[in-house]
Amino acid sequence: MLTKRLLACFDMRDGMVTKALRFQDNFDIGSAAEIACKIYEDQIDEILFYDITASAEKKPIDLDTVRTVAERVFVPFSVGGGIRNLDDMYRVLKAGAEKISIDSMAVRNPQIISDGAKAFGSQCMILSMQVKRRGKSKKFPSGYEIAIDGARTFTGMDALEWAKRGAGLGAGELCINSIDCDGTHNGYDLEITKLISDHVSIPVIASGGAGNPSHIADAFTKTGASAAIISSMLYSPKLPRNYPVSEIKDYLTARGIPVRPFLK
Amino acid sequence: MIGVIDYKAGNAPSVYNALKKIGADAKMIRDGSDLDGIDGLILPGVGSAEATMASLAETAILPELTESVCRKKIPFLGICIGMQILFEHSEEGDVDCLGWLKGKVVRFDDECVRVPQMGWNEVSFCRQHPLLKGLGDTGYFYYVNSYYVVPAEKNDILALTDYNGDFCCMAQRDNIMAAQFHIEKSGPLGLTLLKNFVDIALRGEGFSC
Repeated sequence: MLTKRLLACFDMRDGMVTKALRFQDNFDIGSAAEIACKIYEDQIDEILFYDITASAEKKPIDLDTVRTVAERVFVPFSVGGGIRNLDDMYRVLKAGAEKISIDSMAVRNPQIISDGAKAFGSQCMILSMQVKRRGKSKKFPSGYEIAIDGARTFTGMDALEWAKRGAGLGAGELCINSIDCDGTHNGYDLEITKLISDHVSIPVIASGGAGNPSHIADAFTKTGASAAIISSMLYSPKLPRNYPVSEIKDYLTARGIPVRPFLK
Repeated sequence: MIGVIDYKAGNAPSVYNALKKIGADAKMIRDGSDLDGIDGLILPGVGSAEATMASLAETAILPELTESVCRKKIPFLGICIGMQILFEHSEEGDVDCLGWLKGKVVRFDDECVRVPQMGWNEVSFCRQHPLLKGLGDTGYFYYVNSYYVVPAEKNDILALTDYNGDFCCMAQRDNIMAAQFHIEKSGPLGLTLLKNFVDIALRGEGFSC
């Protein structure tokens, strides 16, 4: 049986892992390579890096860090942030990443999704979406709006419409980042995660808001999410406690949620 | 020396990194002359069968590769798309493939399951083989695939995984071995499997199993 995945997600700036609250006020946690190694040893299922220097400051992607991480972790490793065209995708894949996450650039130029899928396969194209709760309206039938550029720019696009369009263009996975829940540690936005996972056939990743294992269990039992992103709860010194992967997996297993078994 | 075939659409660096991790001597293969002195060959893959076939054709390595694998019987391991293109035909892009193994490549039914299959799924080994040494009867490995192989020869099936029913996730005939899951990204179990392949290549084991 295909198991539910736990993805460790790190925002990376100048080779350091950094943490934001509601997409702002970053502080550094440690070196990206060290944290990736530690979490790999802890048997995380997958690792995702967002290069926020490349996305926010329009600098080139930090391929050296991508390479360093790829040499040390032997689970899937995805990179997002600052990917602007097929050449960028090619460089990131050649540096050792398995998948590419695109977000703002895909909103600006949706064809990048289909071009990337054609060149490298849908399976390595994650369409990451920043969603903001707006309440249902004629303009936003799903009740959520798409934002870009680190939640700084609102697009007027309905979240579900964009999700369906992205899937149709060839995205292999949709990552639903809740702007409202990000950094709160109060749980994922289950409503939009469920709505989107009910309406697309590709895997959906819940993102933003996990603070303890029960939030992850909710994402897997109350929505159709195939994977859940965790970050602060793994390593942030700002939380009262952190959770090792083994403890999260034990919690999920006890509730009948299929996960990749922890190797003793 | 293990050769990793490096072509535009592949993820050769990931496989190379995994080989380094297990202490194997490895080098990237970019054209036919790189094949001299190679004990085992790995064809990694990501992306589509169509792009992979086109990309391999671009490197002009196919004649020498076919010679090495099909005539000289150098141990060969195909991974993901590198498994799929060993068969005769893929539905993906309706493309003819290498045909080293008999059978075809078809798509998962997205009416029934999410496509691509993405994540860790249980692999059940069907028979003994040196490639599977130390892995027990089953194990979890990482998949990213929308298509899967249907071998014409049932004896070529080495392992099965259930995703909307059992499909062939590992195949083996003579010196040709292949896995649909990403051996190089399946944590410690994947590294064990890769080590087994290196042992087969260096000792010339496993031809008639």
